[in-house]
Amino acid sequence: MTKAANTSDVIILGAGMIGLTQALTLAAHGLSVAIVDRADSADLVNPGKDARVSAINSASWNMMEAIGLADQLAPHGCDIDKILVNDGLKPGKLDFTPKDEEGPLGVMVENAILRRVLFEAAQAHDAIALHMSSQVAHCERAEHHVDVTLEDGPILSAALLIAADGRGSRMREEAGIIMAHWQYDHNAIICKVSHERPHGNTAYELFYPSGPFAILPMRDDDNGLHRSAIVWTVSRKDGPALAQINRRAFEAELMKKSGGFLGQIKLITDRATYPLGFHHSSHLTADRLVLIGDAGHGIHPIAGQGLNLGLRDVAALTECLVDGARTGLDLGDAQILARYDRWRSLDNLMVSAATDILTRLFGLPGETSSAIRRMGIGIVQRIPPLKAQFMAEAKGETGDLPKLLMGELV
Amino acid sequence: MTKASTTDRPITGTINPDEAAHFGALAADWWDPKGSSAMLHRLNPVRLSYIREAVDLHFGGPTESLKPLAGKRALDVGCGAGLLCEPLARLGADVTGLDAAPENIAAAHAHAAPQRLQIDYRNEAIEDFGGRDFDLVTSLEVIEHVDDPAAFVAGLAAAMADRGLMIISTPNRTSMSKIMLVELAELTGQIPRGTHHHEQFLTPDELAKLLGDAGLRVIDTTGISYSPASGFALSDNLALNYLMTVTQS
Ligand SMILES: Cc1cc2nc3c(=O)[nH]c(=O)nc-3n(C[C@H](O)[C@H](O)[C@H](O)COP(=O)(O)OP(=O)(O)OC[C@H]3O[C@@H](n4cnc5c(N)ncnc54)[C@H](O)[C@@H]3O)c2cc1C
Repeated sequence: MTKAANTSDVIILGAGMIGLTQALTLAAHGLSVAIVDRADSADLVNPGKDARVSAINSASWNMMEAIGLADQLAPHGCDIDKILVNDGLKPGKLDFTPKDEEGPLGVMVENAILRRVLFEAAQAHDAIALHMSSQVAHCERAEHHVDVTLEDGPILSAALLIAADGRGSRMREEAGIIMAHWQYDHNAIICKVSHERPHGNTAYELFYPSGPFAILPMRDDDNGLHRSAIVWTVSRKDGPALAQINRRAFEAELMKKSGGFLGQIKLITDRATYPLGFHHSSHLTADRLVLIGDAGHGIHPIAGQGLNLGLRDVAALTECLVDGARTGLDLGDAQILARYDRWRSLDNLMVSAATDILTRLFGLPGETSSAIRRMGIGIVQRIPPLKAQFMAEAKGETGDLPKLLMGELV
Repeated sequence: MTKASTTDRPITGTINPDEAAHFGALAADWWDPKGSSAMLHRLNPVRLSYIREAVDLHFGGPTESLKPLAGKRALDVGCGAGLLCEPLARLGADVTGLDAAPENIAAAHAHAAPQRLQIDYRNEAIEDFGGRDFDLVTSLEVIEHVDDPAAFVAGLAAAMADRGLMIISTPNRTSMSKIMLVELAELTGQIPRGTHHHEQFLTPDELAKLLGDAGLRVIDTTGISYSPASGFALSDNLALNYLMTVTQS
């Protein structure tokens, strides 16, 4: 069958980190992809638009290796060798330190760098057609194919539409997929800081009654300045005020929260505020449609698992589609979609629920709950299997692993 | 377990009118994954992965290829509405599908055309067909419906090219398949009633003998098991249903 100009194996809506990775993993297996995003390319990779730093866990890193991007990311990444979880600054910490031969727990990479590396790789790939600054005028999921009509004219046609269009997914809504969702009474303030002392490749998750405070290690800058990313969860009513107070006062707050163990802290970027919510779709598929990433689920950034969860969707969907393509199935075949849905729904629900429980447990104010938190931390610390389980979860190595997450192509 | 594609009367080449009408009525919802062929749709990925593995082993192609059958001719006998022909065509084969029920052929055409899949569908029985030199010959869940399996197998053998490959599948004749396929599944409506006649089922030994008599050799026999939790899977247990990889001896 010869391919008409605008026909591809799949169409991906959304060129976020998840949509781009999905395009690249499919293309790496010989499938052709059209990817559509309303953002323009300059905005997509502009560090000013996304100042976040993401923890790529080791399973997700394996996938970057499998598609040949790890070498480009590595010079910018900072290994997490240790995670320390604590109830505020009280004694009784829970520390996750893998043995030497097990490698790092994850790698911190700035979103802007991840986006740029993914975008450039997608641009360079012959099997990926990028349609940036494009709005979808109309989408028809027909019996034999999906047609996506773009506002500037072109009609794209494929066997399957993959919605990677983020938490407000229009495709999910159009398909009538039901979603559970709630807002936490929290905002996250995100910024980057420099500090006097090295972070020792340690990620700190400090739980305060007002919300968790995370200090995530970054690579030293070119001048040898030690850097970390801050994700500070504050109550919705305090968020705007904290984001606005002057630098000195904000830095003083940071010093207080971090207990001063990094020495003098200086703000090196603007402060961005994100409202935090939870959403979870009961199903991730409809006729000729699948949801991946935040389109299907969004969780509290407390454990830094949102992107990783989406990357697990990507790895599982790639395996389902590649197996399907190699056996000649229509890529919109109901059996392929059912396999993906079975594979991902439970895992997504479990991680989402665990994170939600964690958020609630650690979000409780007062002395009693502080004691419970510390007891919880103490228990996990003392029972090795429980700790191993937590660590495997942090590394993304639980459940039935898709091949890409083991660093192999399908 | 499955609605067979059709029923041929290989000796006379005529179609049993009762059975043809039965399958014809099903043609419209052949392709509905929740319709009366739901079982067959669920079985499809499993048997396709078996075929793919056999193809790679036999023709020595790379497992990553998306067109392992490019340049090859494939014949599916008892093709129904094209559940196997379409995948074979996507894998690059030049495909011919035979079915004794004209309704099935009509449904197959109607489904392939909008996808621009070029498949040569014919309303013919294998022994009237006369086509030769097919690199791949398949007949899945069909032989249990034919009156003269020996003549049917001879027809399949004649269509095969030198060094060709054949994949054949059918339910085993065991008390398990009787309970599961004929009694339970048909009673509960999982499989349309009247699909199977248990006494016509062949055991792996009987089928291997028929194939041997036609100058063919079975090089692999693999079972298909079913569990409500995980669905169909390839298995060492041949009690329910089995697939055979066949070459010339
Ligand atoms: C404060 C915060 C910190 C976080 N920290 C971490 C962390 O440390 N580790 C981690 O793993 N995860 C983290 N996450 C989660 C992570 O950022 C998200 O899970 C991830 O970015 C989701 O990516 P996505 O590609 O699915 O969606 P998005 O990034 O939202 O991308 C969606 C894309 O679709 C496009 N789009 C949407 N609608 C349309 C349309 N109709 N037409 C065309 N284009 C459209 C948008 O322009 C956008 O480019 C964090 C989240 C927050 C809020």
